[in-house]
Amino acid sequence: MIAWTIYISLAGAAGLLFVPAAKPCLARRTALLVALAGLVFAIVGVTMIPAGQLTDIVNAPWVPQLGIRFHLAADGISLVLVLLTGIAAVAGVLFSWNIEERANEFFALYFALIGGVYGVFLSFDLFLLFVFYELAIIPKYFLIVIWGSTRREYGAMKLALYSFGGSALVLIGLIAAYVVAGAKTFDLVELARHPFSPGFQTGAFLLVFVGFAVLAGLWPFHTWAPTGHVAAPTGASMLLAGVVMKLGAYGALRVAMTLFPAGLRAWRTEIAFLAVIGIVYGALAALAQRDFKFVIGYSSVSHMGFVLLGLATLRQIGLSGAVLQMFSHGVIAGLLFAVVGRMIYDRVHLRDLERLRPFQLNKALPFAAATFLLAGAASMGLPGFSGFIAELQVLLGAWQSFPTLTILAGAGIVVGAAYTLRALDKAFYAPDTAGPAERPALPPISLPERLGALTLLTATLAVGLFPNILLNLIQPALASPLMRPVWEGGAM
Amino acid sequence: MNQFPFLTLLTLVPLVGGALVLAPGREHGKTVRFMALAIAFLVLALAAALSLFFDRTQNGMQFVERAAWAPSLGIQYHLGVDGLGLLMVLLSALVIPFALLSSSAPVANPRLYYSLFLFLEAGLFGTFTAQNFVHWFAFWELSLIPAFFLIKIWGGPRRTAAAVQFFVYTTAGSVAMLIAFVALYNATGSFEFSQIAETVRDGRLGRAALPIFLGVFLGFAVKTPLLPFHTWLPDAYAEAPTGVSMVLTGAMSKMGVYGFLRVLLPIFPEQMRALQTPLLGLAIATIVFSAAAAFSQNDLKRIVAYSSINHLGYCLLGIFVAVQWAEDSAASANEKAAALNGAMLQMFNHGITASALFYFVGLIEQRSGGSRDLHYFGGLRKAAPVFCGLMGITVFASLGLPGLSGFVGEFLIFKGAFALAPWAASVAALGLLLTAIFLLTILQRVFSGPLPENWRAWPDLTNAQRLTAGPIIALIFILGIYPRLLTDLVNPTALAILWPNL
Repeated sequence: MIAWTIYISLAGAAGLLFVPAAKPCLARRTALLVALAGLVFAIVGVTMIPAGQLTDIVNAPWVPQLGIRFHLAADGISLVLVLLTGIAAVAGVLFSWNIEERANEFFALYFALIGGVYGVFLSFDLFLLFVFYELAIIPKYFLIVIWGSTRREYGAMKLALYSFGGSALVLIGLIAAYVVAGAKTFDLVELARHPFSPGFQTGAFLLVFVGFAVLAGLWPFHTWAPTGHVAAPTGASMLLAGVVMKLGAYGALRVAMTLFPAGLRAWRTEIAFLAVIGIVYGALAALAQRDFKFVIGYSSVSHMGFVLLGLATLRQIGLSGAVLQMFSHGVIAGLLFAVVGRMIYDRVHLRDLERLRPFQLNKALPFAAATFLLAGAASMGLPGFSGFIAELQVLLGAWQSFPTLTILAGAGIVVGAAYTLRALDKAFYAPDTAGPAERPALPPISLPERLGALTLLTATLAVGLFPNILLNLIQPALASPLMRPVWEGGAM
Repeated sequence: MNQFPFLTLLTLVPLVGGALVLAPGREHGKTVRFMALAIAFLVLALAAALSLFFDRTQNGMQFVERAAWAPSLGIQYHLGVDGLGLLMVLLSALVIPFALLSSSAPVANPRLYYSLFLFLEAGLFGTFTAQNFVHWFAFWELSLIPAFFLIKIWGGPRRTAAAVQFFVYTTAGSVAMLIAFVALYNATGSFEFSQIAETVRDGRLGRAALPIFLGVFLGFAVKTPLLPFHTWLPDAYAEAPTGVSMVLTGAMSKMGVYGFLRVLLPIFPEQMRALQTPLLGLAIATIVFSAAAAFSQNDLKRIVAYSSINHLGYCLLGIFVAVQWAEDSAASANEKAAALNGAMLQMFNHGITASALFYFVGLIEQRSGGSRDLHYFGGLRKAAPVFCGLMGITVFASLGLPGLSGFVGEFLIFKGAFALAPWAASVAALGLLLTAIFLLTILQRVFSGPLPENWRAWPDLTNAQRLTAGPIIALIFILGIYPRLLTDLVNPTALAILWPNL
């Protein structure tokens, strides 16, 4: 059932190409249907597939000579991320409702990307996973170059180069593992059973982990993220921050850490260190930005630092926090980009925080202000929203091994509150210098925008108030035979 | 336990109410105000009912509600009140309607204003009743957001700076506390306050205990506030609109002191003993410097703000002297109980008197067209005798005149302190003198002397204002004359905090 998330998205992408370019309305509706169908399949999958064991969906030979199989499967971790992708896809379509120019192509590329993302989260053959991974990255480039804004060629190229650089590292590491293990299989589960020597694991882990972590915004390889986010059209930045960054984090966990458990044990201090630099540096950089979208872009770097720190804890609770943070950040960053990119930028065509003042946005767009307030509160990690439970678990896991780094990460949270308040204040609540008459009239927030915002807010609040919804998926998966060796005894 | 879920209702009613008042249209400002008041009085009735059913002879938690929330992380939905919790619930339930009644003038955007007020009330109740750290922390933070916006949107000219400073200071304290509890969870495997206290008392934290203690301490010290973490307070209180200042000082400032009693004393008795001298030093500095600062201000609101810091300093003095010895003689045990009882009474009484003071200052500001400068007034007693009489009673209650509510608390604190830490009590008594001086200065400057020509037509209290202030003034007298109403409530809790194993 859940494999249909991939098929329907890819079929949708193909079908959308046949929608005439002159009918953007039809393209949008089709896109919404496809996204909703994907979300329904994802939810059905979540209810049907047991979280605690790896359940095969399809496992057929593909290139038997090389041991490549078409192997789709899912466990609780995959399910959480598939669910995130479903939610983000629906919200992204709703926030791309105003795309008029070449809407059919936009949504075709959009669903190629979504299909690739679903594919990565469900693939358990490394070759297949890599194919989907590349499939997700290529449409990204075109989405930014064609429909993007500020410095889009630069942003798109930088993103593509970083991504491909990362992929190259991953590919080298994977092929090395394939060869060393006897060149018989690319199957993740089988390769994970192969006893790679500790020395090999240390080296191969570094290649694969860093290769993936580039896409997760690991400092100092994060610089593509803010520029890419800023250049991308809203729907695409939502996907970029919402799910594409998760591809990197997921790959780091599912491939690098699962295949080479000894590797992370060798490098965990360094990785934790870089993660915390990312948390603090991202937050400080966000505090210093004048461009509203850059604020959110750097905040993504900071929040993804928590994912990486959670991975480096090598404890069940820290890993659980990392996975939950992937979900949480996906939803919250999507929402923040929606407010900044769609609700504000598409109306006032400005992102400079200092120049938003005359618009009196809290009065002109109260819905946008309220959404940003709630999303900002979620982003600060206030309890009641999903981010709190995620960051709490990461901190709980990190404390025993890295108390100093944990305290620094806490300082990052305080700076997080500061930059969120600063942005809120400058963008929405700057004192009224102009009279109401001089205030430019703005179109009101449309229904698709309201629906999209409500979808994402519901997701972060539901998980924040009832964390068991996702913890019951994540924790059994981490205790499964595939994932248990990753963390068990790792934090000694 | 299958009983009436009082405590859940107590947090839920204002929470739902806060959402409900957003419903009417923009033009129904009066309806919204009426709804908010109705909800606030409903909550007050609930709190009153709670205190009727409360068993004053027991010292444990009552009305306990527990449910699994996220068991894998040790998070429970866990509510309960003892005497201290009930006292704070009553205080919040009283202060909120008082604050809502404080201004009948229409505010801008009334729906949001009243909604935030009710959310703030829910945050207060949750903080004073939750017994699991995560559950408690959620409400602790929940109260922060409405307070931030109430200052930021409806405050005075420097509201933005004040609100941001308030928020960032408190968040820094909160995060320090969060990390300390992360460490505590790692050591004890629990987020339950009582369980952490039991496990930590056997000294399993080792050398980590001190930094962990300091983390939690920072969170509460900022909130209370204790010198030198107080700098956010005068700005926040002075910029906030009257009703909000009343809640900030009346109820929210108690969150910090409550934390000292509920969290720090039970979990870290050893650390507090070891650091007693510096802690007492901080409490005394808080008392003396804030009194001196109040003395040198001209802005009435800032004077009351500093006096608020000053009075909470007495609470902390009471708490800090009570941790003095590991082995207690019978005599010192009595003194400690007295000091803790005094601290809790002082929390309640300060909540009442300080919010009343802000109320009166707000009325002065309203009548004078926005001015709060001490030197701007004089002789008002002739123009507005009732106003000055009632405000005078409040001021005297605030400086601890016998027969009024403030006296008993301060008396008990000093009774304990003089026996347990004479040096600290002596210096703090100097603060008492300063407190009296600056409070009397207000009376003298504002009420006495020649009445300036422009204030001849100064209106006295309207009937509505008399009705608003009347019950509070009555309470000040009742608690001053019959303090057993409160001591009976808090004494078992004080004993349970001091000797948890009995």
